[in-house]
Amino acid sequence: MQIPAPFDYVRATSVDNALELLARYGPESRVVAGGHSLLPMMKLRLSRPEWLIDINDLYELDFILRDGNKLRVGALTRHTTLLESDEVAALFPIVRDAELVIADPVVRNRGTIGGSLCQADPAEDLSTVCDVLAAEAVIRGPRGERILSMSEFHRGPYETAVGQDELLCELRFGIRPRTGSAYEKVERRVGDWAVGAAGAAVTLAADGTVDDAAVGLTALGLDHLVADAAAVLRGRRPDEELFAQAGRLAAAACDPVADQRGPVDYKRHLADELTQRVLRRACARAAQMQEG
Amino acid sequence: MTVIHDRPSNPAAGDEDRPIGYGRIQRKEDPRFVRGQGHYLDDIVLPGMLHSAILRAPVAHARLVSIDTTNALAHPKVVAVITGKDLLGLKLAWAPTLSADVQAVLVTDKVRFQGQEVAFVVAEDRYAARDALELIDVEYDVLPPLVDARKALDPDAPVIRDEIEGRTDNRIFDWEIGDKAETDAVFASADVVVSQEVVYPRVHPAPLETCGAVADFDAVNGKLTLYETTQAPHAHRTLFAIVAGIPEHKIRIVSPDIGGGFGNKVGIYPGYILAVVGSIVSGRPVKWVEDRSENLMSTSFARDYIMQGDIAATKDGKILALRTHVLADHGAFNATAQPTKNPAGFFSIFTGSYDLKAAYCSVTGVYTNKAPGGVAYACSFRVTEAVYLVERMVDVLARKLNMDPAELRLKNFIKPEQFPYANKTGWVYDSGNYEAAMRLSMQLAGYEDLRREQAEKRERGELMGIGVAFFTEVVGAGPRKHFDIVGLGMADGAELRVHPTGKAVVRISVQSQGQGHETTFAQIVAEELGIPPEDIEVVHGDTDQTPFGLGTYGSRSTPVSGGAVALVARKVREKAKLIAGAMLETRPEDLEWEKGRWFVKGDPSVGKTIAEIAMGAHGTVALPEGVDGNLDAEVTYDPPNLTFPFGAYICVVDVDPGTGQVKVRRFVAVDDCGTRINPMIIEGQVHGGLTDGVGMALMEIIEFDEAGNCLAGSFMDYLIPTAMEVPDWETGFTVTPSPHHPIGAKGIGESATVGSPPAIVNAVVDALAPFGVTHMDMPCTPARVWAAMQGRARPPI
Repeated sequence: MQIPAPFDYVRATSVDNALELLARYGPESRVVAGGHSLLPMMKLRLSRPEWLIDINDLYELDFILRDGNKLRVGALTRHTTLLESDEVAALFPIVRDAELVIADPVVRNRGTIGGSLCQADPAEDLSTVCDVLAAEAVIRGPRGERILSMSEFHRGPYETAVGQDELLCELRFGIRPRTGSAYEKVERRVGDWAVGAAGAAVTLAADGTVDDAAVGLTALGLDHLVADAAAVLRGRRPDEELFAQAGRLAAAACDPVADQRGPVDYKRHLADELTQRVLRRACARAAQMQEG
Repeated sequence: MTVIHDRPSNPAAGDEDRPIGYGRIQRKEDPRFVRGQGHYLDDIVLPGMLHSAILRAPVAHARLVSIDTTNALAHPKVVAVITGKDLLGLKLAWAPTLSADVQAVLVTDKVRFQGQEVAFVVAEDRYAARDALELIDVEYDVLPPLVDARKALDPDAPVIRDEIEGRTDNRIFDWEIGDKAETDAVFASADVVVSQEVVYPRVHPAPLETCGAVADFDAVNGKLTLYETTQAPHAHRTLFAIVAGIPEHKIRIVSPDIGGGFGNKVGIYPGYILAVVGSIVSGRPVKWVEDRSENLMSTSFARDYIMQGDIAATKDGKILALRTHVLADHGAFNATAQPTKNPAGFFSIFTGSYDLKAAYCSVTGVYTNKAPGGVAYACSFRVTEAVYLVERMVDVLARKLNMDPAELRLKNFIKPEQFPYANKTGWVYDSGNYEAAMRLSMQLAGYEDLRREQAEKRERGELMGIGVAFFTEVVGAGPRKHFDIVGLGMADGAELRVHPTGKAVVRISVQSQGQGHETTFAQIVAEELGIPPEDIEVVHGDTDQTPFGLGTYGSRSTPVSGGAVALVARKVREKAKLIAGAMLETRPEDLEWEKGRWFVKGDPSVGKTIAEIAMGAHGTVALPEGVDGNLDAEVTYDPPNLTFPFGAYICVVDVDPGTGQVKVRRFVAVDDCGTRINPMIIEGQVHGGLTDGVGMALMEIIEFDEAGNCLAGSFMDYLIPTAMEVPDWETGFTVTPSPHHPIGAKGIGESATVGSPPAIVNAVVDALAPFGVTHMDMPCTPARVWAAMQGRARPPI
């Protein structure tokens, strides 16, 4: 048994209550939802919060709602719920792709989308998913609610725009026609962190050319989208040569570090290879949607 | 005249669904495990029990300057803080290892590996003990670490064991076996010689239950009761008597349910000794249970062999000779658990399953700033490394000769008529029919079809690999004249009591860590006496309750204790014959045995079952001269030789050409462990071992960075396989009984762990043949496979 440093624990009853507790306990307090990132770090004493504010009773944050041309997902929505939602899979197949390779069922039953995004582990999959889907993050705090784009939300490894006294409450995804998306990850073993992963979303124009595209990478040293890749794809008809070109741009844009999962050259190769794979699949899905 | 149909039916013979004896029955121990009612070390709670935690070194190599325990002792819940200096006073600072070295219980002079034990805190609860570790102030003078075994003998390498007088380097031993001159001569005249460095990296047994102990020293009667996660309770009792000076009859070791051992729980760890010291010092029971990181970083690792192999053959594929030099990394203390006079254990079986003209090996063991151990991990004392070496070398040769690897093996196997077979390094293989196992494996796999499929796939640029491996294991040590652990000969006892109503208790010296002993040993008694297995209680794991013996590791339980149990049951059966004779007023020589019953020759309707005889033994029947009034017996079995299980494995992998990911698609395992007692348990053992093999072949490795930091300190970093990485195992078997074993059984516990890594790696290398790859070292992670595809395969260490 690994034992964390001493801490106190309080269970929030509502979003407002959680915000009050955050204000009361200050910088040494941490919100816990699924706990599958925070608790292991506490057990290794790498993280030593004095207060844990448990938000697992905030059912108001556990929802998936279609709202016009947006899909709204509560921050406390579990990975399993996302994985099993046919509506999410139909609109954003990348989510099911990613959820299938996030840890294992035990972790997915507890872990939440909000927790994943706020943990901001560089090897975290849903950050890339939200990036390529151009999601918006709805954050509440003592000064009210604010809505941030993903590029505003991310601040680098283990850091986000969510203030110490704020709570991420919701993610919003724009629904676009003729759009397909995909995610693929290489891991040493099921449940391991990604050696590298890539996600893509592609919107096709009526003539079959690429209207809009986004490519993101996980665990490969790139916080934001592969901007060049999108620029190259736009207006072009998707084919193998185009995917290869995008792959090369992704490899050039990434900045991986060597670790036990692999050396830099391999990771850079993965950026290329996986970008091609997810683009191929995202385009096929977009075309299917177009036909459907 | 009695006719045959007058004979009563024999319920003791059982039937296939409900065998009384050998056969497929559910495990007797499983009801408690599946209900969550197992009783493990950490479930033990004694009145007044204290808890403890160990402060471990954060660095790999450092002089200990000072330890200040003042703040920790001031913690309101801390009872005691013990340091190396305290142990020096008790003469317990250093303890003997299982390989004639010593190991620091707590650091006195110098830290020699990251995670080494520095101080021990005893407290009212586990949380306080852990918190107090942070209150101990230790000053270290950090020294340059040595973690690369290849540099251990460099003149400028830091000397790790400088506390040993006169030691100026890190060499532990140089050892050799085989005829070097003869081998060199065969090599000199051979048509084909191939050389390859083959690395078996450091891995960890990683049992899901970590190690722990509860020590309860009764100061009034001087008795120590020590609950321990140990695979060898009796050997531990003797060692504690020798080390701690407590009289052996005042020591009781209890090994409760064990959540996996794999060799990790053979040795005596500092934590066990510290729990005892803690109990003596505090006068209360003390529990110590390590956490996951402690288990991975400080307890017995396995392997860590860098093997330079040479193989010589004729151009038409007759293997002539094998030669190897091994650089063995033993870590900071030589604590290998192995029972031979050879510091490389059973590695000399590297000649494998082949009839060779000559063989020679030399091994150099070195100290490094890494955790000590080098224990089993289901390896039968280095057979795993030996088999991996020879099976890789044979594949390297097959490629050189452009021969099919299965065909090359078939051409070189020791033939059935050559058994007992004396190999070139001193082993006498008991029995084998290697060709039959290989052919069955090929048939189950559809070998020819697989090769055709592979050829088609290669045309399309798909990477499919077929790996073949054949292994001969050597298990079941003794005989005691050849094998011992710190002077204790490797024999095992068994005691059997048949109660008046015919129910029996058998007490054995080996300890299960999940192998199903309570079922297997009951089945052996059932087979011999014709009592249903459910009527036989198997008692093990408590030295006050069981006869002396060396314990469970090296697949020795069935070969040694299995023999003991069969023999003790036969002893009871012979005694039952005498008592039956008295009961039936017949001369014993006029009685004949059928399963469960002695009857009168020529009148089978007249007889006595074992239950009737047991009642007779304890009843009022006048017993013959010299026969005690019970149906009990005891034996100690000293096996005349080891047993040599074998197997033929075929693995099919698919490699993603874009990412290097390996998928084990199929695995066919044909095992021959001699007589099969419970096929379900055997299959379970094989499944587990094969899964282990997938782990080692594809993902497991304990790495260190240049500063000496262990990079495998948690299951986030040290990967072990899950159900998702393994295929549906396809198992088959042949039966070649051991000629010298009482029931012909050979042991199965480690076969699959030994045989599967070469099959998987051979398959991966085979898949990469289009890239010109002839060898790559484990683990075959996506990145390493991809590097091999680029022509940049590198050893992991």
